[in-house]
Amino acid sequence: MDKHADHINPVDHAAIHGVGHGTLKSYIIGFVLSILLTIIPYSLVVHHLLVGDMLVIAVVILGIIQLLVQLIFFLHLSTSPAQRWNSMTFAFTVLIIVILVIGSLWIMWNLNYNMMEHDYQG
Amino acid sequence: MSTQELAIDGFNNNLNSNAGDAGTVVNDVHNHDNHHHDHDAETNSKVVFGFWVYILSDCILFSMIFATYAVLHNNTYGGPCTHQLFTNMPYVLTETFILLTSSFTYGLAMLGAHKGSRRQVLIWILITFVLGLSFICMEVNEFHHLISEGNGPSRSAFLSSFFTLVGTHGLHVTCGLIWMILLTLQILKHGLTAVTTRKLTCLSLFWHFLDIVWIFVFTIVYLMGVM
Repeated sequence: MDKHADHINPVDHAAIHGVGHGTLKSYIIGFVLSILLTIIPYSLVVHHLLVGDMLVIAVVILGIIQLLVQLIFFLHLSTSPAQRWNSMTFAFTVLIIVILVIGSLWIMWNLNYNMMEHDYQG
Repeated sequence: MSTQELAIDGFNNNLNSNAGDAGTVVNDVHNHDNHHHDHDAETNSKVVFGFWVYILSDCILFSMIFATYAVLHNNTYGGPCTHQLFTNMPYVLTETFILLTSSFTYGLAMLGAHKGSRRQVLIWILITFVLGLSFICMEVNEFHHLISEGNGPSRSAFLSSFFTLVGTHGLHVTCGLIWMILLTLQILKHGLTAVTTRKLTCLSLFWHFLDIVWIFVFTIVYLMGVM
């Protein structure tokens, strides 16, 4: 029995090293939250519970919360020392993505705007 | 068996300064001492971190496809716009639930791996696989429906970017499913060794990542499309 436990523990510890440990509780919390965070924006949009800018803002904020829930409860990303490299590389990637996406949209919006036929008055 | 394992994990062994030693550790989980354990842990954390970096680069790939979609989604060239195309929202919601649930069931498989229970791992992997496969079938069905109505990727810039974005995600999920089959075979053959557990960990990162990408597809393409 003791031998069996010895056989299992070092192996899985080694394999999980570098990635956070999940527990049944954290997976269930993450799952319930992610389902809720899917149903809420879906109802807001499909049943027209909000309109206009408020709807866009609400859906974006709920989407960001959803992302955080997935990162924390499923990918176990945290600021603990063991997770430092994972979190740092992730933060850097987010920076790159923000520059790429906002930059692209900004350039393409300007291009689109300048290519339109304007009614020059005066 | 030793050669086979080494061939499969040639890349992993290269990461370890002492390749021969790593090979021994991989096959000799019963008799390792602390020295071996350290090597094992080091190799594993390097591999998992390397895979994490791959996933981040994949994030950048997806972000560019999302940016392309955001730029092109109004260029419908007289074809259907998002409002006319995405009429079956409960269908998309079902797809989302299936993928979220599969992410959860994969988490349960990982808990099984932590406990060293091969049966639990295999059962939850099988459930995850079935959920992933039904997701892909629903997506292929949706694509087939769109194309048969003449709204294929060549219809407009909007539809090109739509098919590229959703198709790339679907391709990733398909790769994940193939990986699951191969990993299941390895677990059946070798059991829950350090190598198979590490591969399970990498696949779990991949699978949860695909779930996150789908959340963005669901929010940006579908929800914002029908606003």
